[in-house]
Order: sequence, then structure tokens, then C-alpha cells
Amino acid sequence: MGVLAFCALKRQVKNYLQLNLSLLYWILIAPFTGQFFKIAPIFRQMVFVGVRAAPMVALTAFSVGVTLAMQAAHSLESLGAQMYIPDLVMLTLLREMGPVLIAVIVIGRSGSAVAAELGTMKVSEEIEALEVMAINPVQYLVVPRFLAMMVMLPALTIFGNYIGIVGGWAVCRFALNFNTAGYIMRALESADTWDLYSGMIKSAVFAWIIITISCNAGLNVEGGAEGVGQATTASVVQALLAMLVMNAVLTGIFFFAG
Amino acid sequence: MSTDSTIIEVNNLVRRFGDRAVLDDISFNVHRGETLVIMGGSGCGKSTLLRHMIGSMKPTSGSVRIFGEEITAMKERQVERVRLRLGMLFQSGALLASLTVDENVALPLVQHTKKSPDEIEQIVKRKLEMVGLTGFEDLKPDEISGGMKKRVGLARALALDPELLFSDEPTSGLDPIMTAVVDQLTLKLAQGTHMTAVVVSHDMTSAFRIATRMIMLGHGSIVAQGTPDEIRNSSNPEVQQFIHGEPDGPIPLNLSQEEHKDHQHVRPRPFLGARFRFHHKRP
Repeated sequence: MGVLAFCALKRQVKNYLQLNLSLLYWILIAPFTGQFFKIAPIFRQMVFVGVRAAPMVALTAFSVGVTLAMQAAHSLESLGAQMYIPDLVMLTLLREMGPVLIAVIVIGRSGSAVAAELGTMKVSEEIEALEVMAINPVQYLVVPRFLAMMVMLPALTIFGNYIGIVGGWAVCRFALNFNTAGYIMRALESADTWDLYSGMIKSAVFAWIIITISCNAGLNVEGGAEGVGQATTASVVQALLAMLVMNAVLTGIFFFAG
Repeated sequence: MSTDSTIIEVNNLVRRFGDRAVLDDISFNVHRGETLVIMGGSGCGKSTLLRHMIGSMKPTSGSVRIFGEEITAMKERQVERVRLRLGMLFQSGALLASLTVDENVALPLVQHTKKSPDEIEQIVKRKLEMVGLTGFEDLKPDEISGGMKKRVGLARALALDPELLFSDEPTSGLDPIMTAVVDQLTLKLAQGTHMTAVVVSHDMTSAFRIATRMIMLGHGSIVAQGTPDEIRNSSNPEVQQFIHGEPDGPIPLNLSQEEHKDHQHVRPRPFLGARFRFHHKRP
């Protein structure tokens, strides 16, 4: 049993690495040999991954901003340091909560959809049909989803950060009687560009993790509708775990070791 | 046209799943312009044989040559080059559910040719007319019937004017009139453009109508082969039972549990698309 599980794991890791290599080939090398990927499908995917997710991201980010400000108000009041609320909201959002929470939403929304879609295509012989038509499934299906995700997750993160800061402002302005200019000044003073960049790097890495795990799960589905369900669940769980572990690693590299 | 008119050459093809040989020492040739019908009971290895011929499964031993080239020893990109010259109709049609009917038929043209959108539209319209479908261009595969999907699949397989057409049960699920239309189309292409066709079929009426040669598979090997007349007059009781569809006869009705379990392994190969591949545009 242990040996079987090990073999299955080995196969999965191998598939995953192969997918990554193939993806890099189709994006970085193939265009120079005259096989440029098509642009239109990338925009279609960007609308799905990014634009349609914006309301959800906005609601989440606003709630998080409000929550952070309220928690900060409570704790900092006892120290008489309520003026630092904007600092806390800003830094937490830019460095951690923004990238992580928006990645969580995108995993639940788009990652699972990609795994289910590609999985259904696999079990209904569509992928095989593509191969028989000499159309590479990685180029045709994975590349547009990958590029759309790489662009849209960081974009959503910037958008979410902004909305989250507005959430913090709402609490400060209406509950704590901060003045708006003071909130903005304080927030901008507290953060430097590296705080923003570190969050952007994180969300780019998360985008890579999410889309490759989802596509890999979808393309390797076996066994009908049940298999599609299992692959979708597995893709969500694996992407979440990988994303959170990677977040810890990156935080360690950016803010602890350095 | 090459002087060698042998399009497919299968020699001593063996494919094992575990201990069981699903294909056991199969040899046959298909010449240009021929229509070969492969028949046989469910699970006798027909689909496995087809998958070896399109290069998506590798044999345990033996050789398969398509257009004079050994497909079993090819790298993925060479296989793709061969695949541009053949069309395949899947049993279910295997249309892309996210694309409309005309986008499905246009897909090989968009991907592999540099034709203008207008030209492609013309070709798509012509191909769909050939299979008797007009007015359904903007529907999704979910919105049309199974038989229509199959005909769209056939139109897509013919989009690049292949020299070689593989069909997996092209007429199952079609009404008798549509079956005749599809059969006539196959015949017309075979006679007019010297297209070679390999058809896997259960439908005996259709098989005898289109075949120039027939092969009957059983237990992984060839039970009988010959022209339709030879098959019809065969003295082999298995052949007679099959073509007349009699419940009693030498062909065993039940598979043992072990055999059944083995069949579960006869799936399309696992996803190999993650390998490096190249696209070769048609000149």
C-alpha cells in the first residue's frame, strides 16, 4: 500500500513538472519558432479570472480592511496608540492579507473551475481529439489560462488592497473620527514601495501555483464524472496548501532572513 | 501521390495489458483508396487497434507503418506531422463543448492553415453541407442530438481533406437515412479523392455497403479477412454468427471476471501532452 501511494505521488510530481516545463516551452521558446500563441483566448480567460471576480474580491477586501481596523482600534486603544491604525491596516494588507486572501478567492472560484473544465474535457475525449488533430493541449488550453492568471491575480491584488484600505478608512473616519487626509498621510508614510512589491511578487508566485496545479489536476483526470469531482477537490486543497506554505516561505525570505 | 500505394502496414502487432494480449500478432495492409471495415464483438480490441494506428498507444511489439513511416518509433512532433494527414471521427464525436458547431469544424483550419476567415467560413459551410447539416452553425454541441454531433465530428475530421480517415462507429446512433448519407459520403470520398478509410463498425448493413475489404477481430487476433463477398460466404461459423447477429454460436457471450478487469485497463493512454511538441503548419 505504501509503495503504491509512493508511486502515485511520484507520478503526480512527474506530471506536474512536465506540465511546467512544457508550459515554459510554449511561452518562452515556441513563439520564436513561429508558433505564437493566440491572443484572443487569453483575454477571454482574463475576463473570467479577473473581471468577473472583482465584486467578490471587493467585498472580501472591504470586510478584511474593516476587521483589521476594528481589531487594531481595540488593541491599540489600551496603549493610547490609535494613530497607528492606518499603519497596521496598510502593512498587513500589502504584505500578507491582500495577496493571500485574494489568492484564496481565486482558488475557490477560478482554480476549481479550470480543473473541472479541463477534467470534463479529458473524460469526454475532447483532449484526445485535440491531440489527434495535432493541436497541443498545453498550447491550446493551458497557455491562455496561465497567462491570464499571471496578469489578473496581481491586478486583483492591487485592486483588493485599495478596497481594503478604503475599508480601514471607513472605520477610522466614521467610528473613530479620524480625518481623511490624516488617514491617507499616515497610511502612505507607513508603507514603502517594497511592501507593495513583496505583495506583488507573492501574488505572481501564487498565480503560478494555482493555475499549474488546477490545470494539472484537470488534465490528469481518470474515471468519469467521479474522477472530475475528485480532481476538482484535490486541486483546491493542493493549491491552498501549496499557496499557504509558499506564503510562509516568501515572508521568511522577504522580512525575516533579509 | 507516392508510387507505393500501401497506406497502412501493420505487422505482427502485439499489445499486452498485464498477462493478457489484447492484440495478439495482428498483420494487415491497407492500400490507397480502400475502405477497410474492422468488425468484432465489444472489447475484442478494435478501439485499441485504432489507437495504435493513430499513434496514441505504443505496442508491446510489432510495427505499424503509416504512409510508409514507422509510427511506433516516432517522437511526438513526428506523430503530429503524420496526424495532419489523417482525420479521425470519434465514437462520441468528441466535439469541444465550449465551441459552436462551426467553430469546431473550423478548429483544424484555424490552427493549421493560414487561410482567411472568409475562406475558412466557406470550407466549413461546404463540409457541413456534405454531412447534411445546415442551419445549426451557431449551436453548441450540447444543443444538438447525438447523431448530429457525430456528423459534425465527421465534418471536422474531413476539414483538412485528409488522405486517411479513421472512423470509430460512424453510423451508430444515426437513423437509416443518415447512415446511408454518411456511407455514400465515405464511398464518394474514397472513389473521388482516393481517400483511404478505416472504419470500425458494428452496423453490418453499412459495413457491407462501404467496405472494399473487411477484417473480423476476435480474442485479439484476426478471425477472418477478405472482400465483403468472401466474408459473406465465409465458412467460419464465428463470422457467420457475427454478420447475422445470432445469439447462439461459437463466440462466447460472457467475459470472465478477469477478462473484464483487463478491459478496464484498455483506456486511452494517460495524458502525454506535457511533452515538448511542435506544431507544423501546412504549407
